Amino acid sequence: MSSVYRYFRNIGMGFWTILIGMKITMKHLFTPAVTIQYPDARMPIPERGRNRLYVNMDDCIGCNQCAMACPVDCISIETAKSLPTEDLGMTSTGQKKRLWVTKFDIDFAKCCYCGLCVPPCPTECIYMTDVYEFSEYDRSNLNYSFITLSPDEVVTKVEQAKAAEREAAARKAAAAAAAAAQKAAQTAQNPPSAPVQTATKPAPATQAAPVTQPVSSPETTEKKEVEKTGSSEGKPQVDKQDEGKPGNV
Amino acid sequence: MHNFITYYLGSGFWGSLVSSVLPLVYIMPYALVTMWLELKISAHMQDRLGPMRTGKWHGWAQPLADVTKLLQKEDIIPTAADKVLYLLAPALVFVGSYAAYAAIPFSPAYIGSDINLGIFYIVAVSALVVLGILMAGWSSNNKWSLLGAMRTAAQLVSYEIPSSLAILAVVMVVGSFNLNDVCAAQSGWFWNWFVFGKFPFLFITFIIYFIASLAETNRAPFDIPEAESELVAGYHTEYSGMRFAFFYLAEYANMFVVAAVASVLFFGGWNSPFGAYLSGPVWGAFWLISKGMVLVFIQIWLRWTLPRFRVDQLMYLSWKILTPFALINIFAVGLWVVLRG
Repeated sequence: MSSVYRYFRNIGMGFWTILIGMKITMKHLFTPAVTIQYPDARMPIPERGRNRLYVNMDDCIGCNQCAMACPVDCISIETAKSLPTEDLGMTSTGQKKRLWVTKFDIDFAKCCYCGLCVPPCPTECIYMTDVYEFSEYDRSNLNYSFITLSPDEVVTKVEQAKAAEREAAARKAAAAAAAAAQKAAQTAQNPPSAPVQTATKPAPATQAAPVTQPVSSPETTEKKEVEKTGSSEGKPQVDKQDEGKPGNV
Repeated sequence: MHNFITYYLGSGFWGSLVSSVLPLVYIMPYALVTMWLELKISAHMQDRLGPMRTGKWHGWAQPLADVTKLLQKEDIIPTAADKVLYLLAPALVFVGSYAAYAAIPFSPAYIGSDINLGIFYIVAVSALVVLGILMAGWSSNNKWSLLGAMRTAAQLVSYEIPSSLAILAVVMVVGSFNLNDVCAAQSGWFWNWFVFGKFPFLFITFIIYFIASLAETNRAPFDIPEAESELVAGYHTEYSGMRFAFFYLAEYANMFVVAAVASVLFFGGWNSPFGAYLSGPVWGAFWLISKGMVLVFIQIWLRWTLPRFRVDQLMYLSWKILTPFALINIFAVGLWVVLRG
């Protein structure tokens, strides 16, 4: 009996549920579509949506923190030290810019749009935009360069920074040599007798003197050397900047 | 005058030719319109827009674009296929669907062939479709095609029984197999139509016929022969280009055949719903086609409402529900005809 009841109940339920389903689809036939005609109409992008990155190079200080934060290493940054004569200006957040950013590439083929590069930036110059349509026929076109320097400028800046570095290294070596000499002089001076001291000392120092004397004399010689080797312009300033250093030794 | 073409051109070669080509002239635009309707209806039932770009206005040219694409496509024949059967199958499937149009009375003045066994002929010739599908599935030499073809054969053979029994009930009431006679028996206002209670059991008959006819057109929820999530595309997996288009066209042609037969058997065919008003040869064609299109719309509506049957559920519905009900129904109708008729 119950099986007969179930049989007819099944049939009744079948018809009833089909009618319910047809009612639902008929209702939806006349509800407006939820989809939009994409290239003609666009959905608003969420405020914190993560799309294509942008770097505002006016604010970039070349600190490399975004590249460090990137989990897929899609950001590559190269910098060159600026010369003390060059004023790179301030960032909008009030930080002084000290480095020429000679390369700032983001490869959007690699980028995973995680947004981890955004929070570390001290000047808030790297951020997500609302651009999400930037497909390319060639993958290499997805490697975006953000630097504001021209290729020629990049070359000169790098050269200049290298030269400055070489110079600094030379100066450091000279300073080290001078320091060593001074040390040697001191060790020679302090222990027992004067005649020994005079013998070991370099020519200008022969007059002998109190403790500070030997320090100043190698410094001057170094200065002259630098002036001879260094090329024209920036050199005197470098010296000025580094003036204190040998004295501190 | 049952066929105005043979009336004017004579029943010689030209008369027969024009008369037999006329349904094709109807099927082509009908198929295009229905393809577009199906795209749009399915889209809107799912809260989408569907094609919107082809031809500017709501993608009206989408079916034209589809057909043009199919015409240009390469006709691929698998090397392992049984070539003769493979090439013959789509033609046979379409012939099965198209031949049925010969006995459909489009209007009081046009029926391709005014034969006494009209509805019997339609049932018989529709069986060719099974043969064509079975050929397509077998000759493709592909497991999905074969599975799809076997399912189709099982399904169509099963559902032909309730469908034929439902047709038989109407035939008993009318006393004729000729579809023109069936139409004539329902003349007058729309309450004379067989669905509307002139004979109480004929509404059930209509439901049985409609469900069975859905199964015969291989459309959802009875689309297990081409269940795309299981069988890729079923029996026409290996077909491409024009041969695929033939299967597609046959499906749409078949949809209208069952809808037209249902409207002739239960909705008065070419009769106007308003008695003598708006009736005549041209209005007759209009009424039959609009009734058919309403039923085609219901087929589309159901397709996008219901999920697909499982194979066992399909067999359960046919053998344990529709067939017993059709048998009881035919007995009841027979009793009615004997006692009241």
